[in-house]
Amino acid sequence: MTTTDIVTVGNRPRLESRPLRKILARPEIGALVAALAVMLFFSVYTSNFMTLSGAGVWLESASTFGIMAVAVALLMIGGEFDLSAGVMTGFTALIVGVLTSHYGLNIWVAVLVSLVAALAVGALNGFLVMRTGLPSFIVTLGTFFVLAGIDLAVTKLITGQVAIQGMTNVPFYDSVQPLFGSSIQIGGGTFYVSVLWWFLATILATWVLLRTRAGNWIFAVGGQLNSSRQVGVPVLKTKVGLFMTTAGAAWLVGMISLFRTSTVQANTGVGQEFIYIICAVVGGCLLTGGFGSAIGAALGALIYGMVFQGITFAQWDTNWLRTFLGAMLLLAVFLNHFVRTRAGGAR
Amino acid sequence: MSATTPAPAVQRSAAPVVEVRDIGKSYGPVNALSGVSTTVNAGEVTCVLGDNGAGKSTFIKILAGVHTPSEGELLLDGEPVRFSSPRAALDAGIATVYQDLAVVPLMPVWRNFFLGSELTRGVGPFRSLDVKEMKRITYTELDNMGIDLRDVDQPIGTLSGGERQCVAIARAVYFGARVLILDEPTAALGVKQSGVVLKYIARSRDRGLGVVFITHNPHHAYPVGDRFLLLNRGTSLGNFEKSEITLGQLTSLMAGGAELDSLAHELEREMGRDSSLVQQLESEAERLPDVVGEAGTRARE
Repeated sequence: MTTTDIVTVGNRPRLESRPLRKILARPEIGALVAALAVMLFFSVYTSNFMTLSGAGVWLESASTFGIMAVAVALLMIGGEFDLSAGVMTGFTALIVGVLTSHYGLNIWVAVLVSLVAALAVGALNGFLVMRTGLPSFIVTLGTFFVLAGIDLAVTKLITGQVAIQGMTNVPFYDSVQPLFGSSIQIGGGTFYVSVLWWFLATILATWVLLRTRAGNWIFAVGGQLNSSRQVGVPVLKTKVGLFMTTAGAAWLVGMISLFRTSTVQANTGVGQEFIYIICAVVGGCLLTGGFGSAIGAALGALIYGMVFQGITFAQWDTNWLRTFLGAMLLLAVFLNHFVRTRAGGAR
Repeated sequence: MSATTPAPAVQRSAAPVVEVRDIGKSYGPVNALSGVSTTVNAGEVTCVLGDNGAGKSTFIKILAGVHTPSEGELLLDGEPVRFSSPRAALDAGIATVYQDLAVVPLMPVWRNFFLGSELTRGVGPFRSLDVKEMKRITYTELDNMGIDLRDVDQPIGTLSGGERQCVAIARAVYFGARVLILDEPTAALGVKQSGVVLKYIARSRDRGLGVVFITHNPHHAYPVGDRFLLLNRGTSLGNFEKSEITLGQLTSLMAGGAELDSLAHELEREMGRDSSLVQQLESEAERLPDVVGEAGTRARE
């Protein structure tokens, strides 16, 4: 065992890097291919899918799911789930509805109160998960049911109904409405401002993930928690921040649905948390954390929106949507698993 | 088998970077370590050898600031110090590369290299990662260590165990380590990979770092080591300069003289007295007491 031997061992040539392999290893590639395929299919199969009016419909449908899917993707990359994300969209809208229509609070103040409440629930989720060390799946399942119950019981207690209507009569409603619920007409298609919010959320999330320290920490805490701690990543701050981001996104979606329809049901959002997770996973997020993409999640939501409306355009039974989503999810998980074992390396 | 690398031409300060004197640690009534002394010089490798449970981990945890010693003293540049936390040890320039390496397998090499100490540019909310600079530094630093990665963008999990170990070492060196503690860096590696890691240990030493190399394999320790601290059940079996000990002696000491003796008797029954292996074991067992006695006295001085 001479030193020369040791040196030569280290100098063996490295494998060539393969650009194609690199592109295929991107998390969003599967969702991109699937989105193009779905788009192509409905464009050919139905006559009004690929028109401006058609696009307005499926983009609107994708937008609210897209905002949530992007936030949920960040959280999943950080290694956590949030099952309370769906019900939170109803929770925030109900707060605004009850505070304005029954207590006469200024609508701008009510919108802010609702945001603070959402962030507080998000922070609670985060602290509960981090302090107890329990899986976030269980902790947020708990907050999910607590909130779902509150939504129904409190709304009924205060208003005597399970929905809030007539928001348009609230003073200054028209000053807030354009921010969340307005739309413009382009060549016969109606395009809602929510689509813009969706694009903004995707761009912001992608920038944060790939180009900021916070993004680096999100990948790290989801990929290997102990290593992150050892090199000085603020683990608690990162995780709690992620839960609060998801809650903030839920608030945005809550406002969008409230100001677009001017009504809110007490059970709004229940059951949608799984669709967010499906969109994120179809977009390339690993269930185990540490890998994924915001663009992928946005594409996942686009697929959802296109299929949802495409099925209607094709005049099929809309119940097939769920079957399609399930199949899509399985396919995405298989693909992710394959990519990860090929490119992700040892764990 | 015992070819050594020539001593590097590194400027040495008068006092060793780190010196431990009769250091010990007890957890309640349990003595995990006692009476251990050694030195770590800049540009030298101090090997800490011992079997499982010998007290190696306790020893490095004291150096790394995880534990405070319950007896003896720790000197940094000749001055007594007490590290209150791993961060304090790190700030003093003592970096530890643990067995799990503190890397995130799915993240690119360069992101791992700078994780927790990312470079940024811009101000306020627009502060973003200086990706180009970080990639450049990662590439250069690895290159300086003789690690030729064509692509610092590949997930670190795709590197071999030895390469990952080397990235972790290069990272510690870049972030200002003067003393590098390596916790069993070759334990999980094959022969070739171990060779690669030994090469980088030598390279770090040549760059003027004091290296503490923990291992249970004398064949890994001997080629790169300048000093050998042997631990057994929490006590020191001796602290040898390389000139004072051969690889054979080191190996026998590690195995334990008495155990070798009984092994020789055992084999004698099975293989016959004339077996060369038996004779070799016996002769090594005979030599042992002297080494231990001599070194033991010296270590207690």
